Amino acid sequence: MKPTRLATLRATTIRALGAVALVTAAAMPALAQQAAPASGADTLGAIRARGALICGVNTGLAGFAQPNSQGAWQGFDVDYCRAVAVAIFNDPTKVRYVPLTAQNRFTALQSGEVDMAARNTTVTLSRDTSLGFDFPAINFYDGQGFMVKASLGVKSAKELNGATICVQPGTTTEQNLTDWARANSIQFTPVVIERVEEVVGAYAAGRCDAYTTDVSGLAATRSAQPNPADHVILPEVISKEPLGPFVRQGDPRFADIVRWTHNALLTAEELNITTANVDQAVAGDARPEAQRLLGKNGGLGQMLGLDNAWAANIVKKIGNYGEIFERNLAPIGIQRGPNAQWTNGGLQFSPPFR
Amino acid sequence: MSDATLHAPAVSADTPSRRPPITVVGPVAWARASLFSSWLSTAVTLALAYLLARWIIGFVDWAFINAIWSVPVNAQGAQTQACRALQGAGACWAVITEKHRFILFGTYPYDEHWRPLVCVFLFIGLYIVSAMRRFWRKELALIWAGVLFLIGFLMWGGALGMPYVPQERWGGLVITLILSTFGIAFAFPLAVLVALGRRSRMPAIKMLCVVYVELIRGVPLISLLFMASVMFPLFLPEGMNIDKLLRAQVAIILFAAAYLAEVVRGGLQALSRGQYEAADALGLSYWQKTLFIILPQALRLVIPPLVNTFIGMFKDTSLVLIIGIFDLLTAGKTAIVEPAWQGFGIEVYVFVGIIYFIFCFAMSRYSQGLERGLNQHRVR
Repeated sequence: MKPTRLATLRATTIRALGAVALVTAAAMPALAQQAAPASGADTLGAIRARGALICGVNTGLAGFAQPNSQGAWQGFDVDYCRAVAVAIFNDPTKVRYVPLTAQNRFTALQSGEVDMAARNTTVTLSRDTSLGFDFPAINFYDGQGFMVKASLGVKSAKELNGATICVQPGTTTEQNLTDWARANSIQFTPVVIERVEEVVGAYAAGRCDAYTTDVSGLAATRSAQPNPADHVILPEVISKEPLGPFVRQGDPRFADIVRWTHNALLTAEELNITTANVDQAVAGDARPEAQRLLGKNGGLGQMLGLDNAWAANIVKKIGNYGEIFERNLAPIGIQRGPNAQWTNGGLQFSPPFR
Repeated sequence: MSDATLHAPAVSADTPSRRPPITVVGPVAWARASLFSSWLSTAVTLALAYLLARWIIGFVDWAFINAIWSVPVNAQGAQTQACRALQGAGACWAVITEKHRFILFGTYPYDEHWRPLVCVFLFIGLYIVSAMRRFWRKELALIWAGVLFLIGFLMWGGALGMPYVPQERWGGLVITLILSTFGIAFAFPLAVLVALGRRSRMPAIKMLCVVYVELIRGVPLISLLFMASVMFPLFLPEGMNIDKLLRAQVAIILFAAAYLAEVVRGGLQALSRGQYEAADALGLSYWQKTLFIILPQALRLVIPPLVNTFIGMFKDTSLVLIIGIFDLLTAGKTAIVEPAWQGFGIEVYVFVGIIYFIFCFAMSRYSQGLERGLNQHRVR
């Protein structure tokens, strides 16, 4: 009996050690993927050589980036990834999405794990400078607001003195709330809950009078309530949260592509060029800016190192800014608000295409 | 002088033996003795029985009777109004009906889901085969190598008409199984070496092992994962990038190995000196002594804490959520991000919990059997 047991154990040990060697040998070359070069290098060239854009997105935020039931990524930020892929490859499927958490999003871009990140990240001075990023565009103007139950009859955040307010910890949200309350001499009791479902649950269950987070998040929460009309988003916005895609500093050419992809989306909307009519516009739109945007003349695409039809391709495959907004953000109850075109009193403004 | 006459039965042999009274043995007697022995005991029993019955009825109502198993899905997405109208009185299993493939396979291409599914069954088959003692021989190493290679081949694809799928798209249950299986398979041999090294008489090796174990045990797994995910890439030369999944896997292996090493060291310490001295007296070399005398006895002693650590590691793999890898739990959480499905977390967590429970309970039961089998000589 004893020798067989010993043999068994020896076999187990050999087995384990053998597996270590074999699997390591098998896995190493496959796992060490080809990365994009870090700052100072040719990101566009690396993307072309790889055959796909690697785009960092949120791990799951309704409307901005989330995998659907089939596991396909969709959302407002995801459409920006796809738009850049169309600008480069004329193919929206040539994107590899890397879900990034709030903690590892910056390292992932710095280390070259992703080429760009479209991950609802607030543009700030320190991120732009000391973290070594460039924010070529602001694709969504957000800000922190408050939501209360309509039955409370509260019309303004200034009336929240003495209220219990639900907030998530650790983010700038909590800090903004404290700063704002101190500046306005408002006393409040914070209910601090980490997970978004739980904080929303606490608000819905009446544990707090108000819930504060970015207005886009409030709108999404409100639309998911059994009766959205029971909840009111107060008009005060207590912080500026301009969100935008970001790239590594030191490659202005790629930053230009991301910036002008955003501008092309805006200009297409301004010129009323949509997925439905882009083919007609390419064929016969006589407006000079439309002609330059769609690559009929001016050679703007080549200046970016792209095909001249890049913007026409984007509008054809993805849509214009308004269509992206309608598709992803309108269903969760987010209004255009500050993200309307400047011609409609919003902040979204594209420099001219010429 | 015959014993037969002395001990002759009082009743003839063909009289059927009678059962003891029902009030002395059997469930009725047990209930009388344990549950209703005094009026206090009876009161507690009845109160608990009432609470249990209420809870069970409530759960059955929620999980089965009032539950909704599917909702219509149209172009605007899933129509979950019916679920919301329940106001929590019943489970909305429709979220599982709709999202189970995402929870199990994450962002893996939808048309290729059979590949991770086959991999899950390969993993389970591998566990079953490894658990059966008749397969405990050298060929098992080949089976492991072969199956793990096959799993890698299926997951990556890129040949035989299977499109290539990069690791960042892997997700769900298969990620949990990959992280825990590779984690334990690699950590265990490492742990044995570290445990032996910590008892080594060579100071350099001993120091190295002590520092390794104490450093790793001194930090939480979550911070190791952070280091692997956030700090490590910054130390690499420009343009070089090691996949996130591999980095997390290495962090898990190092973490598990430190804990397992201490478990194994406990087993080594439990052996009496006599075993070591007897082996030395036989003239065995260090490795002969270790492999044939010490480890077989030491490892057998520590089966319960080893399995305890395995089960812990299996569940700890869910911490990869903080670096954006979609394991089973993260995929479940992500499934309810969609506004239509927000608020149905309980159903998803119950579903995910059942899957975790099946694996952990199987491990636990198996280890009990193994313990009984291997420690028979100790049973008195």
